[in-house]
Amino acid sequence: MPDEVLDCRGQRCPLPVIAVARRMPELPVGTVVRVLADDPAAAVDIPAWCRMRGQEFLGTVTGPDGPAYDVRRHH
Amino acid sequence: MSASPVYLDAATAAPLHPVARQALLAALDDGWADPGKLYTQARRARQLLDAARAAAAETLGVRPDELSFTPSGTAAAHAAVLGGLAGRRRVGRRLVHSAIEHSAVLHAAERHVADGGEATSVPVDRLGGLDVDVWAAAVRAPGVALAALIAASHEVGTLQPVSEAAAACADAGVPLYVDAAQAVGRVPVPGGWSVLSASAHKWGGPAGVGLLVVRKGTRWESPYPADERESGRTPGALNLPAVVAAAASLRAVAADAAAEAARLSPLVDLIRSRVAAEVPDVEVVGDPERRLPHLVTFSCLYVDGEALLHALDRRGFAVSSGSSCTSSTLRPSHVLEAMGVLSHGNVRISLHRETSAADVERFLAELPGIVAALRAEAGVVGL
Repeated sequence: MPDEVLDCRGQRCPLPVIAVARRMPELPVGTVVRVLADDPAAAVDIPAWCRMRGQEFLGTVTGPDGPAYDVRRHH
Repeated sequence: MSASPVYLDAATAAPLHPVARQALLAALDDGWADPGKLYTQARRARQLLDAARAAAAETLGVRPDELSFTPSGTAAAHAAVLGGLAGRRRVGRRLVHSAIEHSAVLHAAERHVADGGEATSVPVDRLGGLDVDVWAAAVRAPGVALAALIAASHEVGTLQPVSEAAAACADAGVPLYVDAAQAVGRVPVPGGWSVLSASAHKWGGPAGVGLLVVRKGTRWESPYPADERESGRTPGALNLPAVVAAAASLRAVAADAAAEAARLSPLVDLIRSRVAAEVPDVEVVGDPERRLPHLVTFSCLYVDGEALLHALDRRGFAVSSGSSCTSSTLRPSHVLEAMGVLSHGNVRISLHRETSAADVERFLAELPGIVAALRAEAGVVGL
């Protein structure tokens, strides 16, 4: 289960990525953040951001709140 | 003072080549009649059409009767896919295609699937190159009627392994359709294909002319209602002056292609290296070596693609983008998605015969400041 949920529904690219980039440094290493984002670009851009920033992309979860992306702070 | 315009979107439409302009104007006076009729004006039109076909066929290294002109590159792509599938419907109803085909090919594939057909999408790697092993397995599957591969990605420039893909198709007895819209007039297109399409306004011909080549012995059947023109491959009266201009400019650009590639490719290398070095948090995408000579794509982290296009336009730079906010569907580019690379803040630069080193230098000088200003405005500096 995620430690925190970032609700970015209704936000267009690149806002969900910016939201996770802002929040991540405020959390302890190892924290799992679930990003709720219904913009289809998030499916591409959140994993790409993790790769560029050396953070860990855990996967995509589709639940009642729509698509969600789990990211773990790696450093 | 407004900046002088620098057009960097040749992959959408290259500026009209002077040879095309000249041929177009001449043919407007001479080529208005219906080439299918039996009077003097028609015979003149027929001569122009035959000469255009012969010239285009010679440039592509095919027989004139294998080449048809179409009303656009998109129409040629649709006809290539749907006609190739129709011609082999007794074999099966499956289309194999790469994940990075042009939307014209993917939309034809969607139509085929909606009509009860099947489609297999073959993935690409991070650089946008086809996974040849998956491709080979896919075309070997039973019931494959046609395989479709873009010669070079129109979005990121990566050259596809057409020869290897064609060899796999030959082993499986499956005809290969190659969408060569970005390759024709720029780089040699490897052989081994059965059907090919191209688009005149990508090489400096006028818009509204496509090429459809169907090699002898290929089982291809028109997806349209019957029409005897263009060997029955594409219906309706052609825009003959535009066809004449397309063929004349194709011959001209093909003759200059190697020299132009040698001139433009180092400019693309320069863009690749300087954008990566001078714009923070940017991802230059596509294969750095196996690529088109004139096209380069990069994505700027945290930058809105539409805002970036407008900011560049205000400075006189015309570029394209695969970011979702710049598309009518609000979906990110399926090519960037298939590669797994950043899709927002995306810019595609494509050079042409009028692009100078000074144009590229001015773009490179201004880009870092434009991106920095957008990031400052969005409050994302230092993220």
